[in-house]
Amino acid sequence: MPQVFHPSTNTISRVSIYGSFLALIVLSFALYWVGESPYYTEVNVPVDQTVPFSHRHHAGELGIDCRYCHTSVETSSFAGIPPTKTCMTCHSQIWTNSEMLEPVRLSYATGKSLVWNRVNALPDFVYFNHSIHVHKGVGCTTCHGPVADMPLTWKANTLLMGWCVECHRAPEKYVRPRAEVFNARYEPPSTFHPVTFRGRKYYEQESMGRELVKAYGVQSLTTCYTCHR
Amino acid sequence: MSAEPRAPLIEPGHTFGSVTDKISAIVLGKGTRGGWWLGFAISFSLLMVLNVSIGYLLIRGVGIWGINVPVAWGYAITNFVWWIGIGHAGTLISAILLLLRQKWRTSINRFAEAMTLFAVACAGLFPLMHLGRPWLFYWLLPYPNVMGTWPQFRSPLVWDVFAVSTYATVSLLFWYVGLMPDLATLRDRARTRVTQVVYGILSMGWRGSAVHWHRYETASLLLAGLATPLVVSVHSVVSFDFAAGIIPGWHSTIFPPYFVAGAIYSGFAMVLTLAIPLRKFYGLEDFVTMRHLDNMAKVMLATGLIVAYGYMMEAFMAFYSTGIPDRYMLVNRATGPYAPVYWLLITCNIILPQMLWSRKVRQSVPMLFFLSLVVQTGMWLERFIIVVTSLHRDFLPSSWGMFYPTAWDWATFAGTVGLFLTLFFLFIRYLPMIAIFEMRGLVPESQEKAKS
Repeated sequence: MPQVFHPSTNTISRVSIYGSFLALIVLSFALYWVGESPYYTEVNVPVDQTVPFSHRHHAGELGIDCRYCHTSVETSSFAGIPPTKTCMTCHSQIWTNSEMLEPVRLSYATGKSLVWNRVNALPDFVYFNHSIHVHKGVGCTTCHGPVADMPLTWKANTLLMGWCVECHRAPEKYVRPRAEVFNARYEPPSTFHPVTFRGRKYYEQESMGRELVKAYGVQSLTTCYTCHR
Repeated sequence: MSAEPRAPLIEPGHTFGSVTDKISAIVLGKGTRGGWWLGFAISFSLLMVLNVSIGYLLIRGVGIWGINVPVAWGYAITNFVWWIGIGHAGTLISAILLLLRQKWRTSINRFAEAMTLFAVACAGLFPLMHLGRPWLFYWLLPYPNVMGTWPQFRSPLVWDVFAVSTYATVSLLFWYVGLMPDLATLRDRARTRVTQVVYGILSMGWRGSAVHWHRYETASLLLAGLATPLVVSVHSVVSFDFAAGIIPGWHSTIFPPYFVAGAIYSGFAMVLTLAIPLRKFYGLEDFVTMRHLDNMAKVMLATGLIVAYGYMMEAFMAFYSTGIPDRYMLVNRATGPYAPVYWLLITCNIILPQMLWSRKVRQSVPMLFFLSLVVQTGMWLERFIIVVTSLHRDFLPSSWGMFYPTAWDWATFAGTVGLFLTLFFLFIRYLPMIAIFEMRGLVPESQEKAKS
C-alpha cells in the first residue's frame, strides 16, 4: 500500500499545531493592542469643530477660568456647554469681522445653537456627576488632561471603566486642594514644586492625598451602583 | 450474582479480524442505510427548530420564554442541569471504570463519551442563551479587561464557567485520544483517497508502534485521573448554584452528593436509551451484550436509590429544621399548584425504577428501554421542581408567582434534543462507535471461555 501522506506532512502538521497556538497568542495581543489604541479609544485625537475653538488660546494664553464658560460644573452633573451669548460677551467687541467666527455671529443672530462635536461622552448607563468630583478635589485637568495646551480639544483619557475605578479605588493618588481644582496649570506636589494645603507644604502626592481624603471626606466608592444606578 | 460463571463480554466465536470488520464496516461500508437517513432527517429538523428559537431569542430577548420575577430561571436552567447531568455517565464509564479495571466498560465507553460531549454542548448553550445578551458571554471569563474588574469569584455561577469548560475540555481530549488508534485503523482500511486523507489527518500519524502504545497508555491513564474528580466536581458545582442561594428548597447541604447521584442516574438512563436501538439497528448484540445492559440497569438502580435517599433527607431536614418556609416548601411541592409534576417525578424517579430489582425486568430489552426513558423524564422533572417550585413561592407571599412555559421554551428544549441527536447520528456514521482496539483486547478471554 502506498503511503497516504508525503514525508513533508510531518513538518506541516507540527508547524500548524504549534503555529495555531502561537497565532492565538498573537491574536489576543493584537486585539488588546487595537482596543488600547487611539483608533478605538479616540484618545489624543483632536476633534474637528464647526468653529475651531482653541482652549489653548482661551484657557491657556488668556487665562479665562474654566467656569466662565462651563458654568454649571460646581452645581450640576453636567459641566455645561456655553450658549452663544457667552462667546459674544467678548466677540461682540473683538474679532467682530473674523471669518472664522461667522457661524458664531450667525448663531447669535438667528438664535440657533452652535453644534459642537462631543469630545468626552459617557454611555447612558453610567451615572456621572461633575459637581461632586469638583467638590471633592478632583481637578479639571485630572480627567480632561492639559486643556490649556489644546488648540483643538481632544479626549485625554479613555473614560473606560478601568480608568474610572483606578481613581475610585485609590482617590488619594489623584485629589488636589479645592483651591487648585480649576487651575489649568496645576502640577502635583514634587520636591521642587510643593503644594500648600491648610498652611502646610507637601512635597509628594501621597501624604497630601491622605490629608485631603480625610479633610474632604472622600470615599472610595466602588460598588456597582455608585455609577450604574 | 449467583455462582454461575459470568457471561462473556463478547459473544463467543469472534476473532481479532471479525471484531475489526464488524465495527469498521459501519463507518466504511458503502452507502448509508435508510434508517439512518430517517433518524438524521428528524434530528436535523429539530436542530433547525433550535436555530429558529435562538434566532428569535437574539431578536426579542429572553422575554419570549415564560420566565419572569419571581421565577427567573425556568426551563433554561432546568435544561442546563439536565443535560450536564446526562454527560456524567460517559465520564464515569470512561474514567472511573477504567481506573477500576472494569472490562465491561469497553464496548460502551466510546459512545458514552460521545454522548458526554454532545450533552455538554447542549448544556452549555442554555446559560449562554439565558444571559440575555449572549454576545457578552466573555465577561464571565477572567481576562484583563477595560472595566478594571474581575468576575465575582464568590459566585457559584462563575465556578460553573470553570467547571463546565474544564469538563468539556477534558472530555474532548479523553475522547479524541481514545479515538486515535481506531482512526488509524479506519485510515488503513479506507478504500478511497478522500477517506484515507481525512482519517489520516485525524489519526495524527498513529502507526501503532510500541512507543505510540506506551504513550497512549500513559496519556489515557493521566486523562482518566483528571476526569475522575470531574465526575464528582462538575455536578457538585452545578448544585452550588442552588445550594449557595438562600431560597427554601435550595439552601441545603445534601445538594452536591444528591446532584451527582442524579446526574449518573440520568446519564446511565441515556446510555441505555442510546445503546438499545444502536445494538439492534447495527446488529451489535455480540458486543453490547445482555450483561452490559444488566450492569447498567444495576448502576441505575443504585444511583436511583441514592436519589431517593436525597428526597427523604430533604423532607426530613425541612421537618427537622422547624423553619416555616422550609416546611411550607415541602407542603407546597406535594400539594401546591405544581403537585401533579411533583408526583409524576416521584413516580418516574423512585417508584417505577424499583422494577429493576427483578432479574426478569433487567433481562427484558423493551422494559429497560422504557425505564430508561422514564428515568430521564423523572430527572428532568426533578430539576424543574427544584428550579420552579422553590422560586415561585419563597419567603414573602407578596412576591409569589407562577411559571408557565411558552412555546419557545418547548422549542428551545426540543431544539437541543435535535442538536444532540444530530451530532450523535453524525458520530455513529463517521466514527467507530465502539472502541475497536479495546474490543480486540477482550477477544482472547472470550475465546478461552468458549473453549472451556
